[in-house]
Amino acid sequence: MSRPVVDVRDLRTHLVTRWGTVKAVDGVSFAVGEGETLGLVGESGSGKSMTCLSLVRLVPRPAARILGGQVLLDGEDLLVKTELEMQKIRGRRIAMILQDPMSSLNPVFSVGMQVREPVSSYHGLRGRSLTARAAALLAAVRIPSPVERLRAFPHQLSGGMRQRVVGAMAIAAPPRLLIADEPTTSLDLTIQAQYLGLLKELQQEHRLALIFVTHNLGIVAKICDRVAVMYAGRIVEMGPVRRIFTRPAHPYSRALLESIPRLGTRVARLVAVDGQPPDLARLPGGCAFAPRCPRVMDRCRVEAPPETTVEAGHVTRCWLEMR
Amino acid sequence: MAAEPGALALPEVATPARLASSGRRLPVFSLGIIGLFMLVAILAPLVSPADPFEQSLRNRFKPPVWEEGGSWTFPLGTDRLGRDMLSRVIWGSRVSLAAGVLTVLLASAFGAAVGLVAGYSGGRVDAVLMRVTDATMSFPVILLALILAVTVGPSFTNVVVAIAVILWARYARVIRGQVLTLMQLDFVAQARIAGAGAWRIITRHLLPNTLNTLVVLVTLQIGYVIIVEASLSFLGAGIPPPTPAWGSMISEGREFVTSAWWVSLFPGLAILLVVLAFNLLGDWLRDTFDPKLRQL
Amino acid sequence: MLRFIGARLLQSLVALAIISVVIFVLARTTGDPLYLILPMSATPEDFANARQYLGLDRPYVEQYLSFVGRAVTGDFGMSLRARRPVSELIRERLPNSLKLAAFAMGISLAMAFPLGVMAAVKKGTGLDRAAQIISVLGQSLPTFWVAILLVEFVAGRLQWLPAGGISGFSSYILPGFTLGWFVVAGLMRLLRSGMLEVLDSEYVKLARVKGVVEHRVIWMHALKNALIPVVTFAGIYFAILVTTAIVVETVFAWPGLGRLAYEGISSRDFPVIQAVVLTTAAIVAVVNLSVDCLYAFIDPRIRYGR
Repeated sequence: MSRPVVDVRDLRTHLVTRWGTVKAVDGVSFAVGEGETLGLVGESGSGKSMTCLSLVRLVPRPAARILGGQVLLDGEDLLVKTELEMQKIRGRRIAMILQDPMSSLNPVFSVGMQVREPVSSYHGLRGRSLTARAAALLAAVRIPSPVERLRAFPHQLSGGMRQRVVGAMAIAAPPRLLIADEPTTSLDLTIQAQYLGLLKELQQEHRLALIFVTHNLGIVAKICDRVAVMYAGRIVEMGPVRRIFTRPAHPYSRALLESIPRLGTRVARLVAVDGQPPDLARLPGGCAFAPRCPRVMDRCRVEAPPETTVEAGHVTRCWLEMR
Repeated sequence: MAAEPGALALPEVATPARLASSGRRLPVFSLGIIGLFMLVAILAPLVSPADPFEQSLRNRFKPPVWEEGGSWTFPLGTDRLGRDMLSRVIWGSRVSLAAGVLTVLLASAFGAAVGLVAGYSGGRVDAVLMRVTDATMSFPVILLALILAVTVGPSFTNVVVAIAVILWARYARVIRGQVLTLMQLDFVAQARIAGAGAWRIITRHLLPNTLNTLVVLVTLQIGYVIIVEASLSFLGAGIPPPTPAWGSMISEGREFVTSAWWVSLFPGLAILLVVLAFNLLGDWLRDTFDPKLRQL
Repeated sequence: MLRFIGARLLQSLVALAIISVVIFVLARTTGDPLYLILPMSATPEDFANARQYLGLDRPYVEQYLSFVGRAVTGDFGMSLRARRPVSELIRERLPNSLKLAAFAMGISLAMAFPLGVMAAVKKGTGLDRAAQIISVLGQSLPTFWVAILLVEFVAGRLQWLPAGGISGFSSYILPGFTLGWFVVAGLMRLLRSGMLEVLDSEYVKLARVKGVVEHRVIWMHALKNALIPVVTFAGIYFAILVTTAIVVETVFAWPGLGRLAYEGISSRDFPVIQAVVLTTAAIVAVVNLSVDCLYAFIDPRIRYGR
């Protein structure tokens, strides 16, 4: 297999808060290849967004700090780069789409200006060729009347349109890796489907490695090749989508899947994951999921399980799998 | 009648319990200064060593006690008419604090009322009220005070009226903004459904939730009002002599700044301390209750 | 947008009208206005003549209208003290005030912007601390007191700068600084808080994600948004500037409108006060209007509405 586009090894990011130090990203490792889509799934606070921010080294300072690990982009470790070097990499080789389209675009600048800016910076274009390229990008994300849209301001566009504009900016370079942090969460359902289709198209066209962060397993099933389930800053299970969905190894993954109501079956009670999300500042020793796990053993409370391979390409952190 | 939920249930409202657990250090300096001046102002007749009005040409321009020629009889020296500076500064605090507190209370009461009504009513009422508010807000206070000083004559009442008439607009604007935000939340709709009328909603639901902002704004404004009052007295459009007012005292000492610097210095220091204390307290309150009010 | 400007213009005119009514009413109802206008030695006949000459025996509404009519053409009557037309006095003094105000605003903006922005960017560092101290002090120090001390020390003892009057560039410095000080403090604080909020926003995050260079993120992407609350308050700050100007001009013997006002109060020269108030109110209205236009210019949401 050829070298993956992005190879994350043992990434650790800590957050210093009023209530203690939070291990937002606690030893996360994964890799994504060209044209491949990795879904990053988990509850709020599981570390999904912080992982993405760590990849581009935009963690909120001074509270957050990347403590260690490696982030290899085409073999180069991003964590040892200088800030100036990172500014050259961001946007050009890694692009990101944020969650809320209402607030991602700068309200006082026109759409055109915000799309032209990266294009001019990455490709050195000016004047008419710059405008043409910007319009082309808007067309690529299927925005109607792209040339007029350049003059519009963000508040004049709908949420779906704005998210497309953000998408246009993301593929301006085009990058090697695209990180989409819950890009459809704030959109209407019908628009969601369109947007996902658009993302897939763009990915295929530019052979992008795509990391898709979401809490919606339905989306994962639809567009991801592989999925990583995160809990309390760690990846508790990762593998091909089909495999995880049919034979989940980790109790948390299983609980997530079971909690999705299925059409056509009637149940007496909806299944939910028992208990509360963990207090990340005060994690118990051992496996972080132990307090809520339906199959918890004594060992789980004491020792945190290491990553074990269930099958080729399918890993998990659970004592149940260590026989 | 069904219970009206959410009267004080918003997480942003800082109840005493939340204050204690937020772990912020109390602003000791500010509270100390304010407390000191308040005490001194209230107890002025008891605390001041001499009668601030008593003139004595023999004792003119005595320097403070630590300078050559000074004595403990007049710890901060005397002014042009031989009046004891310490006593005058102490009595001056009455005027300044009274002006500050009274003006702000008046302005905030009226302004908050306007803001509440405007925010709640919306539509035409809101538009009209805001037009008036905006026009008032940008009017220089001093001009109104000048007119009053020249037509009716300078007095304490005039100062309070002149400032309050302009100041209320600020409160109206801010409170209205708060009310608009609160109206978006569900608990107002719930109250309406439960049958509450406008008066009840405004007083029982909206007002308590704006108290935080009010308190912050009031505290921050007292300092400003004290400075304005002092400026007016300095110009002769404020509290008329012989009542000791810090502003007019500074004005009196102006000509002798080279020789008898203490006449102008101490009243100015007093103003600086009090205003600084109120400003710092206001900042602390704002940061504690809601940092989003940073723009105040 | 034209509708926006039109509305604001109307508002300004209404405000001016209200002020003129206030002055008029105050003069009439707080005793015979003639007492304010005639010298002490006037006889009852003088009163009667004056009353007829000034039209004070005509109905109030008529009086008000003629008063407004004359004011608009610049006729404010005669100064009691100087025995010259008030409009002449104003024409002499106004430019001086404007020059000083412009100088003060210039300094304020030049100082407040870099300080305010950098204080936010370098939050928590020494620079931030210093900026906050300057800001709090600036809003706590009584201007006139500082002015007096400055005149005494910098002009009097050290003789570095002139103590007063208008005499070339150096004479602008002390009064200009004193005047602008309060504004710097307030502006800096506004900018700092505005920038702090904006620097936390999603669109700034996205700009960084796009790879925009940091100084462009700060000075272009962030600042333009942080300007909005500043511009909102600019009108109020100008009003404060006017207030402070009267005091500063008095202390530094600056031959401007403010000093004229002070002289007017001291000598109970009502026509002068009246004229100064109206002129200043007009200026404030014009400035506020311009600020509103600026606001619309910066924020396209106002310009293009929905």
